[in-house]
Amino acid sequence: MADKKKNNNKKIDIVNESYLQTVFRRFKHHRLAAVSLVILIILGAAALFAPFIAPHDPNEIVGPFSGAPSKEFWLGTDQIGRDVLSRLLYAMRISLLVGIMATLISTVIGVILGLIAGYFGGAADMVIMRFTDMVMSFPYILLVLVAASIFKPGLWSIILILGFVDWPGIARLVRGNVLNLRETNFIKSNLVAGMPLSHILFSEILPNTVAPILVYATSVLALSMLDEAALSFLGMGVQPPTASLGNMLNGAESLTVLTKQPWLWVPPGVLIIVLVMAINFVGDALRDALDPNSR
Amino acid sequence: MSKYIIKRILIAIPVLIGITIIDYAIMCLAGSPLEMLQGPRVSEAAVEAKKIALGLDKPFYVQYFIWLGQLLQGNMGYSIKSYQSVSSMIASHLGPTLLLMGVSLIVSLLMAVPAGIYSAIHQYSKGDYTVVTLSFLGSSIPGFFLSLLLIYVFTIKLGWLPSSGMTTLGTEGGAADVAKHMVMPVLVLATSMAGSNIRYIRSAVLEILQQDYLRTARAKGIGRFKVIYKHALRNALVPIVTVIGMEIPVLFGGAVIIEQVFSWPGLGLMTMSAITSRDYPVIMGVCLLSAVVVLAANLITDILYALVDPTIQLD
Repeated sequence: MADKKKNNNKKIDIVNESYLQTVFRRFKHHRLAAVSLVILIILGAAALFAPFIAPHDPNEIVGPFSGAPSKEFWLGTDQIGRDVLSRLLYAMRISLLVGIMATLISTVIGVILGLIAGYFGGAADMVIMRFTDMVMSFPYILLVLVAASIFKPGLWSIILILGFVDWPGIARLVRGNVLNLRETNFIKSNLVAGMPLSHILFSEILPNTVAPILVYATSVLALSMLDEAALSFLGMGVQPPTASLGNMLNGAESLTVLTKQPWLWVPPGVLIIVLVMAINFVGDALRDALDPNSR
Repeated sequence: MSKYIIKRILIAIPVLIGITIIDYAIMCLAGSPLEMLQGPRVSEAAVEAKKIALGLDKPFYVQYFIWLGQLLQGNMGYSIKSYQSVSSMIASHLGPTLLLMGVSLIVSLLMAVPAGIYSAIHQYSKGDYTVVTLSFLGSSIPGFFLSLLLIYVFTIKLGWLPSSGMTTLGTEGGAADVAKHMVMPVLVLATSMAGSNIRYIRSAVLEILQQDYLRTARAKGIGRFKVIYKHALRNALVPIVTVIGMEIPVLFGGAVIIEQVFSWPGLGLMTMSAITSRDYPVIMGVCLLSAVVVLAANLITDILYALVDPTIQLD
């Protein structure tokens, strides 16, 4: 009876709202996050279409050395006469690429290890969790620095390093969720029904842990973008002439650049802050919106 | 209690050994420190002699066991670059780093604890939004960029603070001078930590405020002030302990970059130069030290939990 009633007034009833609609409605409540999402979309599009909107080639010498911002070069030119605005657009592209790829890699590793540890338990759990402890007991930056000094610095090595270092948090999260889910009746009924293991793991358990993984992944994205910036700043990340937000700041270690040419180091720094902050806000709003306990 | 501590230490030992093995294996794959010696003036034979002297001609697992054996006798080896013993190098650089980390930890707690509690008590007020937004800014700003901004403002524009080193060259130094050099690095380290900690403490206090015993306390009519400061805050000690535990590894890592930017003569600066010159024994020493510190910090945090919260039973 009650079910029938619900179905009749579908449009008004919040109970019958689809999951995504609920999430979207809750997400919009978070004003800062909504603004952040718009900013992210705009910046993301700018990065994606950099080859079309950049006024100059990012690696070509097109103007005077260290020219101040002008009508032709909105953000000035760098020490060897490259257009800063164009470099900035391409740098954002690289930094976002590093962040997204590193997050994808660490999420995949974390999810797989977490699923195995949580579902099978026993020796597999023991070994995986001790390994997780090991990776976590390293001061994170130290591990990244050691790895960065060992492998030839460059775009892909930095992506791989960050990807292989960021996963322990996700592994722990997934493991905890799987441990909880394994005790639920719907998983038990699957077991009783003799469903294949891959079905239980990937079609039953995984969809039920997607929300917290997604939230966690946003913070990993923010962190790995900060790490890329720090590494490239220290000269161990993305190598010139490829521009990244971190290595554009590298020049600011020289006193002339720091004092006399703020257009060379302020814009990339501000852009990092804006990007990372927007990602953090979106993650925070997602956490609230995806939480099934808060309606 | 002592049973629990012994159990935890026993679990930590294989983790530590694992860390050293991974570490050593990665570094042996990386490349030889002898590459740094090579040049037109160094003959092939000299490099070969050096290789044998350093024991680098043996397979890497043998090298590892030699290193581990020496370690158990308290010898962490000698720097390939400066021939100093690793333990004495660490000892001489540890002081400045501990000073920097300790002060940063205290400053970050002084920022995060009051802000987090204020924010939780005044949830959804203007003040709360400001604090939370600022905390997001704090955790989103790269440490090195904040350093550059601070150097630009306080060293270059205002000329108030020195931007590098621990003491002014050519002077006696003294506490006031060191304090002056410490302001900016401490501020940068504390800001980046306080950012995430404010939100952590805020949500922990929010959770405490919803507990039944606080509703009871309020219902008894003992007044808002007493409810919050006597009943709620005492329980907020648990999340504060958690925060301290989480900060230790972050501090260790953050110090590496910040020490580099401000030329602070600590472990971080030493580690960076060891990394660039592939000085294995030094890198291994620092990694081991930091792993021990992190594991010890985890253990101490768990013990502190039991001390501040009698309902937590360790076994």
